[in-house]
Amino acid sequence: MIRADAVSKAYRDATALDGVCLDLPAGGLTALVGPNGAGKSTLLGVIGRLTRADFGLVEVGGMNVVAARSRDLARRLAVLRQDNHLATRLTVAQLVELGRFPHCGGRLGPADRAAIERAVAATGVGPLAHRFLDELSGGQRQRAHIAMLFAQDAEYVLLDEPLAALDLRHATELMALLRAACDQDGKTVVVVVHDVNYASAWADRIVALKDGRVVATGPPAELVQSDFLSALYGTPVRVVDTGGWPLAVYHR
Amino acid sequence: MAFAVDQATHDGLARARAGQRAIDRRAWLVTAVAGAVALAFAAAILLYDNPAAPGSAAQATVTKLRATTLAAIALVAAAQGVATAVFHTVCGNRVITPSIMGFDALHSLVQTATVFFFGAAALGAGGVWRSVGQCAGMALFAVALYGWLLGRPGLTVRVALLVGLVLGLAFRAAATLMQRLLNPSDFDLVTARLFGNMSNADTRFLPLGAALAAGALALVWSRRRHLDLAALGSATARGLGLNHRREVMLALLAVSGLIAVATTLVGPMTFFGFLAASLTYRLAPGARHARLLPAIAAVAAAVLLAAYFTLRHVFYAGGLISVVIEFVGGLFFLAHLLKGPTRGNTRLIRQSRGQPAIRREQAGD
Repeated sequence: MIRADAVSKAYRDATALDGVCLDLPAGGLTALVGPNGAGKSTLLGVIGRLTRADFGLVEVGGMNVVAARSRDLARRLAVLRQDNHLATRLTVAQLVELGRFPHCGGRLGPADRAAIERAVAATGVGPLAHRFLDELSGGQRQRAHIAMLFAQDAEYVLLDEPLAALDLRHATELMALLRAACDQDGKTVVVVVHDVNYASAWADRIVALKDGRVVATGPPAELVQSDFLSALYGTPVRVVDTGGWPLAVYHR
Repeated sequence: MAFAVDQATHDGLARARAGQRAIDRRAWLVTAVAGAVALAFAAAILLYDNPAAPGSAAQATVTKLRATTLAAIALVAAAQGVATAVFHTVCGNRVITPSIMGFDALHSLVQTATVFFFGAAALGAGGVWRSVGQCAGMALFAVALYGWLLGRPGLTVRVALLVGLVLGLAFRAAATLMQRLLNPSDFDLVTARLFGNMSNADTRFLPLGAALAAGALALVWSRRRHLDLAALGSATARGLGLNHRREVMLALLAVSGLIAVATTLVGPMTFFGFLAASLTYRLAPGARHARLLPAIAAVAAAVLLAAYFTLRHVFYAGGLISVVIEFVGGLFFLAHLLKGPTRGNTRLIRQSRGQPAIRREQAGD
């Protein structure tokens, strides 16, 4: 499980997280939603020990993320940030192989090769495997990074706005993939999404943040409601029932 | 994960493996060819145009002198090339070099200050120990600067580089001030010291310098796999379990040691490391550090030995090697900067978060 206890973080004078307490059970897909500047990415960064909190405690699977050895943690916790720009030239296959680093220290064994195959198959980047990352489009690069994340094969997977560079088809495919990772492999996935409808359609639970605080936690059916979303985002949101899941309409 | 491995994945990965073999082969080929060129020029420098009679003691003396110069050049080349590449990797940038961090300026300052405070005689006296002192001072500077800077939370490498740039300017200004206050003959001495001079390398320092450089190279080599990971940038590398700060510190320690040895031997060379590294990135794209670093060392040695031989025996301008190398390297650097959005400067343009990769995407899709 993932536990955050009284986590606060400020960038100079701006408060990004203000005493966040969060308890996420192991397993399942959790979506972090909220307006810009709500602290979603910061919270994800703190849980993934990429950002250091000013106060508070974070535990992932019983490990204190600040105190644990980074490489031990990396076997159980994988995190993908938005900004994944590279200065060096790397092929997709090389990138995916680096996802195995926490397990093999750079020397690939048979188990690592098998994990790489599965990750490449799951993300469908096989046809791109031999290409250099800087020759790919933004969306293709994003998928290569997700393949790397899957190769890491951690129980806990955190993604910061993974849909940002993806088209409709690949965004939906990625959400289905994350769903399958939870259902078939028992992974715990936390994902920051901008489009609340992806959270509504795929997530087990939604964590809504605003001004550095968790304002609500619950299943999509509870939180994807017109007045709640209107207040959260500060703009009129209608919610229509599509039969399967509630759909937020806010485009005009 | 429980996903079936389909044919496309198999084919794709097989193709990637073949591609990887080609990348590795190419890197070896570059290393081998550059190594052969370097050896050929080394032999030429040793044997060509020896004025003494064959078999005489004089010939042996000349050859021995040349061998020392040769060793210094090869050492400096490998040190500059490898240091620049490692620096590029840990800074996530293929433009900025250790020289831009103020190493050259510090070298000038140390040399000028030696004369300023202890007089011209100090340049001759002390010998090895003065060199060791300078070398240690320069290495300490980098490690202290970064130890201090990187200990501060929320500091980006880029800000650190800016600080390095400002410090470099400050050192240069202080050196210039002292040079103005020197008497003309001391000033002449300092100026002569400040221009790199291959033929007149500080050879007393050579055995110790070689040992130091070997230690630094061994350190880099032992971290080669970690450097592959560090190249992914701080966030991704840390996500994959790399102690990024420690890696950067170790790399900087090695880099400062290598640059300090090279600078102490033949003086500052701002663009040579950049030239050798960029050339190798082009010749062997996608090579991992295990293959890249030997290739860079070989290419750097080949370039510097070829330049030395050509300038000395074809153009009779042995003293100008540094000048010519810097001129060519500088042109290369400018061309690289002006080529448009290269990897090095796109990163700077795309700094602001929240505007990811729009430019690239449009170009790519």
